[in-house]
Amino acid sequence: MKNRSLVSISDYSKEEIIKILDLAEDFEKQPRQELLKGKVIASLFFEPSTRTRLSFESAVQQLGGSIIGFSSTATTSVQKGETLKDTILTVSNYSDLIVMRHPVDGSARYASEVAPVPIINAGDGANQHPTQCLLDLYSIRKTQGTLDNLDITFIGDLKYGRTVHSLVIALCHFNTRFHLVSPVELKLPSAVKRHIKEANLRYEQYTDLADVIPTSDIIYMTRIQRERFPDPLDYEKVKNSYILQNDALEHAKQNMRILHPLPRVNEISVDVDNNPMAYYFQQALNGVYVRQAIVSSILGLK
Amino acid sequence: MNDKRKELIVSAISNGTVIDHIPSENVFKVIKILGLDKTGKQVYFGTNLDSKKYGKKGIIKISDTYFAIEEINKIALVAPSATLIEIRDYEVTRKTNVSIPARIEKIVKCFNPNCITNKEEVSTKFSVIYDENGLMKLSCHYCEKNTSKDNLIFI
Repeated sequence: MKNRSLVSISDYSKEEIIKILDLAEDFEKQPRQELLKGKVIASLFFEPSTRTRLSFESAVQQLGGSIIGFSSTATTSVQKGETLKDTILTVSNYSDLIVMRHPVDGSARYASEVAPVPIINAGDGANQHPTQCLLDLYSIRKTQGTLDNLDITFIGDLKYGRTVHSLVIALCHFNTRFHLVSPVELKLPSAVKRHIKEANLRYEQYTDLADVIPTSDIIYMTRIQRERFPDPLDYEKVKNSYILQNDALEHAKQNMRILHPLPRVNEISVDVDNNPMAYYFQQALNGVYVRQAIVSSILGLK
Repeated sequence: MNDKRKELIVSAISNGTVIDHIPSENVFKVIKILGLDKTGKQVYFGTNLDSKKYGKKGIIKISDTYFAIEEINKIALVAPSATLIEIRDYEVTRKTNVSIPARIEKIVKCFNPNCITNKEEVSTKFSVIYDENGLMKLSCHYCEKNTSKDNLIFI
């Protein structure tokens, strides 16, 4: 993985994914070390983010590395019309590795082709978000003790949610049984289902989430956005059907945990937060260890 | 007699390549993809010619030009049934069919308006995939979205 960019979760084999998760486990035990001393990491956020940017920056700083970059393009030459290529080539001169979030699909792959330093994709438009995927996998393994043979339920917007797509694709390595709960308008795209079929795994689709809670080991919630519906009436019809309430969890398995990539709006009711099954804030913390593992393995330090 | 008349419609070449069985409506696309609009060699073409096999067909003849197979396979997207005939001294020396290549570069636009290839000067790159119904799609190397055959726009 040394010096190789991480653009898409499919850039990593099953063994490489597991290596990152094992490394992250070590960092969780000892997140503060001087491993990145003398290294400069560029953090280029062309688009807003809370968790991804701050957890990357925290991950690097806890390891003694320094951060340069921007969290909005307002004060940069991007405003003057500088191309992505020119920005990336310039920043490559000043850093050992670039973490990048950009609103355009495929921008990260392109950046990885022009940059002489490795790129970590922190989200490219609606396309990929591989570090989120790795921290989701880490959270699943940590709460279930394994990644293999689990019943994993995805709820909400399965059509546009990039974190759902990457995670489904990655889970195809681990003999997952997929349960897909969404309004008909927002079903998982066939291009993603293809991966499940090619791995000879099973998936079932539901429109009602109550049916599937008792069999799930993991519930992965996502937000349904009003603007995804061409007809606002269709949104009104479904908007309350995909909200997770605390009393719905009565018949859940004891080991079940609820994940959410965040930000949450109202799809997980606030009364769930105190339920031991709620795991989404710890999930966000795991992002620090996983990103420490990714950065140090790409820089060849682990 | 039929053959003779065909020769009158599109004149024979002594040396070069004949691309036959092109769908009539795509003759101009083939010309563009192969860059024949910029060649200095003689080019003859015909469209809406009678074909026993396909009803109507197009044909292109290019003098003193031969194509590498990777080059000619680019036209498979618009002319999957095309036959390539190499002529040397009025004799057919080779006849091949085109086949769709595994990778397509530069000739097609990505259908996703938010793809980097539609935002900055980046050449498109696709791998050719087939969906569960056997339909061909182009999977973008950058944005990872699929462009179906109905949405192909040639650059």
